[in-house]
Amino acid sequence: MSLAKITQVKGLALAVPGDDIDTDRIIPARFLRCVTFDGLGEHAFRDERTGPDGVDRPHPMNSDQAKKSSIMVVGFNFGCGSSREHAPQSLWRFGFKAFVGGSFAEIFFGNSTTLGVPCVTLSKDDLAQLSDFVQKNPTIEVTIDVEKLTVTAGDKSWKASIASSAREGLITGKWDPIADLLEGASKVEKTAGALVYVAKN
Amino acid sequence: MAKTLFQKVWDAHAVTQLPNGQTQLFIGTHLIHEVTSPQAFGMLRDLGLPVKYPHRTFATVDHIVPTNEIKEPYSDPIAQEMIEALRKNTKDYGIRFFDTNTGQQGIVHMVGPEQGITQPGTTIACGDSHTATHGAFGAIAFGIGTTQVRDVLATQTLALNPLKVRRIEVNGKLKPGVYAKDVILHIIRALGVNGGIGFAYEYAGSTFDNFSLEERMTVCNMSIEGGARCGYVNPDDKTFEYIKGRPFAPQAADWDASVTRWKSFASDPGCKYDDIKVYQAEDIRPTVTWGITPGQAIFIDEKMPALETLNAADRLTAEDAYKHMKLTPNTPIKGTKIDVAFLGSCTNGRISDLREVAKYLKGHKVKSSVKAIVVPGSMLTSIQAQKEGLDKIFIEAGFEWRGAGCSMCLAMNPDKLVGDQLCASSSNRNFKGRQGSQTGRTILMSPLMVAAAAITGEVTDAREVFQV
Repeated sequence: MSLAKITQVKGLALAVPGDDIDTDRIIPARFLRCVTFDGLGEHAFRDERTGPDGVDRPHPMNSDQAKKSSIMVVGFNFGCGSSREHAPQSLWRFGFKAFVGGSFAEIFFGNSTTLGVPCVTLSKDDLAQLSDFVQKNPTIEVTIDVEKLTVTAGDKSWKASIASSAREGLITGKWDPIADLLEGASKVEKTAGALVYVAKN
Repeated sequence: MAKTLFQKVWDAHAVTQLPNGQTQLFIGTHLIHEVTSPQAFGMLRDLGLPVKYPHRTFATVDHIVPTNEIKEPYSDPIAQEMIEALRKNTKDYGIRFFDTNTGQQGIVHMVGPEQGITQPGTTIACGDSHTATHGAFGAIAFGIGTTQVRDVLATQTLALNPLKVRRIEVNGKLKPGVYAKDVILHIIRALGVNGGIGFAYEYAGSTFDNFSLEERMTVCNMSIEGGARCGYVNPDDKTFEYIKGRPFAPQAADWDASVTRWKSFASDPGCKYDDIKVYQAEDIRPTVTWGITPGQAIFIDEKMPALETLNAADRLTAEDAYKHMKLTPNTPIKGTKIDVAFLGSCTNGRISDLREVAKYLKGHKVKSSVKAIVVPGSMLTSIQAQKEGLDKIFIEAGFEWRGAGCSMCLAMNPDKLVGDQLCASSSNRNFKGRQGSQTGRTILMSPLMVAAAAITGEVTDAREVFQV
């Protein structure tokens, strides 16, 4: 399987501030009643965006900027809660190709990486600067350099981090691990054979 | 060298190191359900791949099953489509399915232990964040995404980075009316909802030694609410006793060897932990959440925090929480009126939970303004409860007795809050909109506290209501 090498993500950015934004908020459970991921994009942050009366609420995702953006700037512990891959799938299908935050919940991070969507982190102060910058300069492009581990916007640049395995997978075009996992089939059988509970039945 | 259980299980299941530096880890047991698996089977078909070890994947249906109708087709056509997709996928690929007609269907994290599939020293994965529940048996159990479900189906392995291990010791004896649920809410409150990122939690100490397997499951279940992808308790005689005789437990001839093997996985004395936290059981009181994360919790007799006492980041989340919950900072939570009481979920929908509540419920009536439902986590739990007459006690008290499933924990079936109803819930998440109404409100608590709230119509101290 040949995948694109994701060394950089460039685009306009949308700030969605707040910590502990859970995957129920990103994609409410009723949209998980489906057998494909198709069409999830339009429901990203649905209940944050639309009130019970069906009227749009003031939320960054309702802005024109959201439609133009490919990078989302978030807070800490983004994507916590449920393991639903529907969460990054919906944001990706909405148009977001990368996230910058203070920290990410692990399952969300893994699900995003496997989609080829980098989740890079900045220090608390740097993140506050970036978030402030993109809110004040919505037309200036932000660049996430996954290889060099920087986030730049205008004349500003910040040092970014990402798990080394995710960085390696993204920049070498191996962010979906399936090819590598299939490769080691004989070794898998050896490991399985040594596990009594697997071999027994 | 002395090792933790996590390290031993990891080492026994490590296949190789992948080019990106991750470990290819063998997953001995894979559990699937209707919500996070259909897309994975779709990907498998697109790639033309078979299921590598079909006998190591087990399926059940839990999230979307209605709890008040048995007859199919269900009134929700999408739910019907999802259950049928799982039937087809499990049939096509030769996977054992604990379907609704087997009498063994239930929440996936209850079915594994009930069947004896969940065993010490094993790796378990499931497309569900509460998979850590199985860690109660000394297994390393991961919640995974749908693409990873595909990986396990196709290769029986996952690409993972090892976790650090934090030992969380609780010592001493819980006071009457204080439960495993209070212990985990207390731990999350102390360490934060993101405190566990990068860690596996090893729960230990005399409190855990004395806990039943079901109590251990309640704690391990909510590890993810503290940010920890897995949590576990070292296996002991109670663990082995629980497994013995269950359908997938080792047979008599293999039993002793299995127990010996299982024991060998327990963390060695003197092993090194990346972090250690110690708590005293006697310090823990019945705990309830007041906000929109499980870490926003207080003892029942405390006041909700004043905004000015919080740091800037916590304050923002708290302001959002108070607005959503329609609660007032620096006031008691006790006395807050409730509309719905939900007793169930993979956190607290087990037989011991039902027994404990039933013990105190006789002679009490659910307040007329409250809708109270009991949803046993599994069909086997429901059948056992009925054998013991527990269903009658609940019904007599004014609870609705429902069929097995996830139900109002995440409201993917017809069980939902309406408008801004406030629910006293034994489940695991108080996220905004979690229980099916975007303005719905959830207060997490132990099953007995849910019962006390149902009876009095308000958040209250179960110890006073039931003279515990």
